[in-house]
Amino acid sequence: MGNRVLSVRNLSVDIPLADGVLHAVDDVNLHVDRGETLCIVGESGCGKSLTSLALMDLLPKKAIRTIGRLDLNEASILDYSERQMSDVRGNRMGMIFQEPMTSLNPAFTIGNQMVETLRRHRDISKSDARDLAKQMLEKVGITAAEQRLTQYPHQLSGGLRQRVMIAMTLLCEPELIIADEPTTALDVTIQAQILLLLRELQHEYDMGLILITHDLGVVARIATRVAVMYAGQIVEQGTVEQIFENPMHPYTRGLMRCIPVPGKTRPGEPLGSIPGMVPSLIGSFTGCRFADRCDLVKEACRKSDVALRDVAGKTQAYRCVIDPQAMTKVA
Amino acid sequence: MIYYTIKRLGLALLVALTVSFISFGLLYLSSDPAIAMAGETASDADIEAIRKLYGFDRPILVQYFDWLQRAMGGDLGKSYYFRTDVSSLIGERLPTTMTLGVCAITFAIVLSVPLGVAAAIRPNSLVDRVALFLSVMGQALPSFWFALMLIVFLSVNLRLLPTSGSDTWLHFVMPTVVLGYYAAPAIMRLTRTGMLEVLSTDYIRTARAKGLRPWVVLFKHALRNAIIPVVSLAAVQFGFMLGGSIVVETIFALHGAGFLAWESITRNDLPTVQGLILVFSLFYIVLTFFADLLNAWLDPRIRIN
Ligand SMILES: Nc1ncnc2c1ncn2[C@@H]1O[C@H](COP(=O)(O)OP(=O)(O)OP(=O)(O)O)[C@@H](O)[C@H]1O
Ligand SMILES: [Mg+2]
Repeated sequence: MGNRVLSVRNLSVDIPLADGVLHAVDDVNLHVDRGETLCIVGESGCGKSLTSLALMDLLPKKAIRTIGRLDLNEASILDYSERQMSDVRGNRMGMIFQEPMTSLNPAFTIGNQMVETLRRHRDISKSDARDLAKQMLEKVGITAAEQRLTQYPHQLSGGLRQRVMIAMTLLCEPELIIADEPTTALDVTIQAQILLLLRELQHEYDMGLILITHDLGVVARIATRVAVMYAGQIVEQGTVEQIFENPMHPYTRGLMRCIPVPGKTRPGEPLGSIPGMVPSLIGSFTGCRFADRCDLVKEACRKSDVALRDVAGKTQAYRCVIDPQAMTKVA
Repeated sequence: MIYYTIKRLGLALLVALTVSFISFGLLYLSSDPAIAMAGETASDADIEAIRKLYGFDRPILVQYFDWLQRAMGGDLGKSYYFRTDVSSLIGERLPTTMTLGVCAITFAIVLSVPLGVAAAIRPNSLVDRVALFLSVMGQALPSFWFALMLIVFLSVNLRLLPTSGSDTWLHFVMPTVVLGYYAAPAIMRLTRTGMLEVLSTDYIRTARAKGLRPWVVLFKHALRNAIIPVVSLAAVQFGFMLGGSIVVETIFALHGAGFLAWESITRNDLPTVQGLILVFSLFYIVLTFFADLLNAWLDPRIRIN
């Protein structure tokens, strides 16, 4: 063993708002192993970013985190003080954000920002740190690295900045990297390069990777396991094969219908989409959160909260009360 | 940076030239200098003679360049009232005003920047409320009233500080507080809003995600960006203090350039007023130039493009 990089149990995030408490993340359980990529997918606003920020203990001040267990490399970091957590951040857990254009400080050079990260967590000289930073820039495919170190963020393109962010996150060789939609803001060709890079580096450093995305094409290419989130809950999780070949939750199935299939989908044909809206998560909520948008909805769906249930003999689990037999017929 | 500096310098020179022309025109337009020099009782022939003698009958542009040349040589003409050189008159008064201005802006910055930062770190906390209270007071209190209150308490009742004059540094304490406190609220509020804005940016989140210590996040990453607009504001405030310290200089009988300006205006002493306007404006221009350079140094996006 010694393989489980991160394990989190019963994570919830509540945000008190003027008109009630927003239950943005509800009872999430996740784990990531070494060398594994967990993709979290789900539509906008379902709580992916809050989940990842909660793992880093970087939630906005007003958000309230409740969490049952949080283990990093099989040791609990749940009751770490803020000071201890800051030793973990950037060192054992790194994070890459969606917005490369604004995620680097405009007032300092790339070199300055990379060196400060290293020297925060390692006891090394400035010039050694600079050498390491340069090597890391080369590793993420940045040419003229020496010169880049002296440049400011606004002198680099979005794709380059995201490479810099990746390099900076890798400096301390963390056990886990959380990447929150790292390519959403980039051109399509650059997106592919960045994802490829992340995958290579993850293999090289044998890290755990949590990749947040709403692009199922990305998931298919890079994920080991998938967690599908809907309205603050994980509604289905399993290996990438299980999720793509045998999706169980009606929401997952809906998502799968949304993917255009080359050869099958004719140009101009409308993609499958899921009609309806996500329910408000302010105040208390009973029953299945997807009920309003589900084709198969029954009375039982709204009666009580739905627990995750395992697919017999598999590592897959989903949050639905409907008999799988009945579901297969419709799908 | 060099290109930027040259550009700013060129701009500053252009503004200086415009200001000098306006300042010259002020004298030329407002009254007939020949009459002013000859005095009320002079005959038409005398006035005409003076007009010829001093060249007031030449075209305005010729007179301007002539005047400009002399002004650049430090000759700003003679005061109608004191009958001495305007430049030496201003030279005598300027150090007092400068000392007051430097003390006051330093006091304002030292008071308001830390307060603004503290208020932004904990919005709606006690510190924030105290800062807000001080800032509202600073805006609402008329300077003269605040000055009088200080004099009543610190000089009359407690006998701690002298009320008037500019002989020792103690004489500058109350004027500094009054003038500085007047400038502090704006600086404080700009620091506070700037910090609040910067603290919610993505790069501050990145800095925290890197595990940096809270004070590094605050003072290196946040303040460095939040302070940029504050620099420009402080420069403007400093400029205002030099020209606009008339009330404070009068109350505390600090015979500085602000006081001189007021005296000269009431006496219709146009050459002195003109000279003061020129000096204040030039100083203002130099100040903004240095503020621009400081901004460029702080913000690489201005420096490198
Ligand atoms: N600071 C905040 N204050 C109030 N509500 C918030 C805050 N941050 C997030 N939320 C709400 O919490 C919910 C989850 O937000 P989150 O950012 O985690 O969504 P997401 O899944 O990352 O969406 P996206 O794909 O758009 O990034 C949303 O409804 C959002 O409006
Ligand atoms: Mg998000």
